[in-house]
Amino acid sequence: MAIEVRIPTILRTYTGGEKVVAGEGATLAELLSELDSRHAGLRERIVDEKGLRRFVNVYVNDEDVRFMGGLETALKDGDTVTVLPAVAGG
Amino acid sequence: MIAQPTVDEIVAHARRDHPDEACGVVAGRVGSDRPERFVPMRNAARSPTFYEFDSIDLLKLYREMDELDQEPVVVYHSHTATEAYPSRTDVSYASEPGAHYVLVSTREPDTVEFRSYRIVEGIVTEEEVRVVAVLDPEETS
Repeated sequence: MAIEVRIPTILRTYTGGEKVVAGEGATLAELLSELDSRHAGLRERIVDEKGLRRFVNVYVNDEDVRFMGGLETALKDGDTVTVLPAVAGG
Repeated sequence: MIAQPTVDEIVAHARRDHPDEACGVVAGRVGSDRPERFVPMRNAARSPTFYEFDSIDLLKLYREMDELDQEPVVVYHSHTATEAYPSRTDVSYASEPGAHYVLVSTREPDTVEFRSYRIVEGIVTEEEVRVVAVLDPEETS
């Protein structure tokens, strides 16, 4: 099952410059582990031991996963996962 | 280099939202380094000491820029009680190494500080802001 994953500029060093990569997984957590097997280091920029990093937003289609199931959000074939760093500061 | 009307729009946004921080981008064609399309964003934090683009608005903004082959040439926000210099929080969150981070301070009611920085891997470098009446026509090759 293929899920389209959109990678932000700052993380494209992990995908050989690719803006869009394909991945697999029944949940977001599975997808990130699967991606990390081919794009080592990517997962760690998105999650830490506590879960999703505070300053990274992850969306499944049009929804922020923070308002869904977080890392346990279910994925299905044809979904688009978008990763975007928060634009924030003090 | 930035056009005067764009500077005016950024400053007006910062004044309007004072004492909360205002934020937004000026988008331009990918690789052009030309800030052309002013896009004010909502500060989801609605705070005098913090700003964060609303997460769904952020997704819409990046999709729209993608469709138009644009990127954030300028990312701006205001400081409402301190100088227009990136805070530690600004530096830790900065994730667009290609962008000009513009800081506006609205701490003085009559004068405005408008400064620009590159923030790359935690290093802040101030850059000169050249304000022009209009941007030169884009060179086409």
